[in-house]
Amino acid sequence: MQELINRAKELLADNTVARVLGWRAGDLPYDPEPAYFETEDALKDFVYNGFCGANLSKYMIEASKLEGKTLVFLKPCDTYSFNQLLKEHRVDREKAYIIGVGCKGKLDIEKIRKQGVKGIRGISGAEMTDDADVLTIDTIYGEKTCAYQDVMLGRCHVCKGKEHKVYDELIGESRETTDAERFAEVEAIEAMSPQERFAYFKKELSKCIRCNACRNVCPACSCRKCVFDSNKFDSSQKANADSFEEKMFHIIRAFHVAGRCTDCGECSRVCPQGIPLHLFNRKFIKEIDQLYGEYQAGEDTESKAPLTDYTFEDAEPSIIGERG
Amino acid sequence: MSIEAKEEFRPKIVAFCCNWCSYAGADLAGSSRLGYPADVKIIRVPCSCRVNPMFILRAFEKGADGVIMCGCHPGDCHYSTGNYYARRRMTLLFSMLDFIGVENGRTRVEWVSAAEGARFSDTMNDFVEKIRSLGKNVRLEDLRCRS
Amino acid sequence: MYKIAKDDLNSLFRLIASGQELYLPENIGGQVNFAPWSEEAEVDLDTLKTVKSPKDAFFPQSENLYTVKRDGKKLSVEPEKLKEQSFVVFGMRACDTAGLKVLDRVFLSDPVDTFYAARRAHGTVVALACHEPEESCFCKVFGVDCAEPEADVAAWIIDGTLYWKPVTEKGQALTESVKELLEPADDEAGKVEAEKDAVRGIREQLPYMNLSLEGWNGDALAEKFDSPLWEELYKPCLACGTCTFVCPTCQCYDIKDYDTGHGVQRYRCWDSCMYSDFTMMAHGNNRTSQMQRFRQRFMHKLVYFPANNDGMYSCVGCGRCVEKCPASLNIVKVIKSFQDQGGEKA
Repeated sequence: MQELINRAKELLADNTVARVLGWRAGDLPYDPEPAYFETEDALKDFVYNGFCGANLSKYMIEASKLEGKTLVFLKPCDTYSFNQLLKEHRVDREKAYIIGVGCKGKLDIEKIRKQGVKGIRGISGAEMTDDADVLTIDTIYGEKTCAYQDVMLGRCHVCKGKEHKVYDELIGESRETTDAERFAEVEAIEAMSPQERFAYFKKELSKCIRCNACRNVCPACSCRKCVFDSNKFDSSQKANADSFEEKMFHIIRAFHVAGRCTDCGECSRVCPQGIPLHLFNRKFIKEIDQLYGEYQAGEDTESKAPLTDYTFEDAEPSIIGERG
Repeated sequence: MSIEAKEEFRPKIVAFCCNWCSYAGADLAGSSRLGYPADVKIIRVPCSCRVNPMFILRAFEKGADGVIMCGCHPGDCHYSTGNYYARRRMTLLFSMLDFIGVENGRTRVEWVSAAEGARFSDTMNDFVEKIRSLGKNVRLEDLRCRS
Repeated sequence: MYKIAKDDLNSLFRLIASGQELYLPENIGGQVNFAPWSEEAEVDLDTLKTVKSPKDAFFPQSENLYTVKRDGKKLSVEPEKLKEQSFVVFGMRACDTAGLKVLDRVFLSDPVDTFYAARRAHGTVVALACHEPEESCFCKVFGVDCAEPEADVAAWIIDGTLYWKPVTEKGQALTESVKELLEPADDEAGKVEAEKDAVRGIREQLPYMNLSLEGWNGDALAEKFDSPLWEELYKPCLACGTCTFVCPTCQCYDIKDYDTGHGVQRYRCWDSCMYSDFTMMAHGNNRTSQMQRFRQRFMHKLVYFPANNDGMYSCVGCGRCVEKCPASLNIVKVIKSFQDQGGEKA
């Protein structure tokens, strides 16, 4: 972490960058917030640890409108989002100085709480320098331990890899965290009967409180005005009166980002109700891979997205019913 | 002999038809006196590519039991390529509807040209029959819209 | 004071639910929220904070106001009926019931909100004292005592026994109706006192419990409103509505029409000051930037509300926003930032 701070100070000092976009430590051991640092002194609050799950690419949309360059720290998976935003001309490469940071899997405080940990005072083992496989948590109700692997964000179990797709320099090592099949969750649902699938999604989506956190955190949701914020038609962005609105919101949102979603998993991370929203996106990714050839959004900045492309031989929509 | 009051299920079907082909195909079906059920409500669109997934979900929300989209045969789009994009979009949308457990067959895409009046009528007859067999759409309906 | 074994609570719930609706914290799809009781319900009284606050029971996220039906050329308007049945909310916490007092200020003062008033009149609250408060809690800062909740019935769970103390007339009435399951326990008041002391002791170890509210009051408007700090503080905010929707005191709502195809349903639903169309009017919006919207939330809770309500803050320190904000922003960070700027630290 000190290495990151030192490098940021250098870049600020020689005016390569006008500001630093990183994470600021909070009062609690698990609540760093995305933050801008404009002076070397301010960097004393900079932090980079296992709880820095927030994908800073989205903040680069705003940062691209500011004077001068912004130094941004991106994890390997964040760079896919940045690339995708570059492709869509939503961020300016010239305005960004990207330091690719190492990652050893990000932590999910909700999973830690689910293990019955409460009254947290301190957490050790979450630092990047620690190679510990166990988190030691000091709470007012005694010391608790959690296996790092067990309390990682769901997305880290299906990590896209340690490689940064876009960067100016790299600092820090990454750790392999993949221990699950990327499409296993989707396949498990596909294997259910339609009734079971419907019941599953009804239960999950009825938890939705329409807070729009999934949309607002999503780097692919970069529209200036969302269709669900339009007052010109009754898409009712706030009500959760009936489960249909939630279904429509989530299906349409997934559809709007289909072929552009890099599978960064931020939607599931931020959902206050723990809805596995990434399943919608991953289902689309799986279908696109199968029907139109493997495609990873954010892998590059040139390729045509699957939904803005076609071939004469594309499958007919009837394939969905026919393949059983 | 008494007359039994039998309540038959009359599905509500929404058909999005491209102005340049299937909409004219419907006309031809009419002027050729080929029948199709009155349960089908046609909405004319400038191209199948104009159909937004939201249109289809909206139709279900407001009480449609089946939604069909008709466009020009691949290669014949009035705007050259619109239906190719529509084809990918609808494939993905249908896969998502299937994923969340909506019965297969409530949505369909058919390519019908302006010269295919008979095909239009056959397609609609077949689709209405299919929806009749599936019954009322309850999974995507918004209860507030029930009359 | 009465008592009942924790293992027997299901029969208590069954008895209450036989006569009226009963809402209590349930685990549904891995998340604990207040929901109507049923035999199959997975009741969870151990989780300290439900995701959403129980204000839903009195002020639902979305509720119908009236329905307009069209029949040919005729229009008919049917107002929604007010709540007529009594109901019980079991397992609210001290902060949640304090939240109701804030809502009362808003909805029960003139002009009275009849929908809310009817629910308040028919609802009986059984509140549970906290046993293990957490690091995100700061109820004491707002004068809330998590060891002794203010409600119709106050309850404590100590070593597998639930102690039940009716406080108000409504609480007495509920107690009468379930008396067959309760045992008198006046002689065990000492145990409850010991529990209260223990919880208050734990409370002192929590990082936010002694946060200072110095400088936050109804007169602080000019000084706080124009502070340059807001420009810094709002930056990580994603403009989602999580904080407002999990909050037990946020009371802003929007009124909208839903076109049913054969009429209109006019409903109201919670609004969030974080949303771009908050307080949207015909001339546009009077808060045009996220900074202004962000500032609104905290100024409302800590300055405007006390200014209009005899110094009462509209935050109760439940800490839900602390736990749930996707960008880890919260009211504590805001209060502390102003303090740090003033040169004093909590």
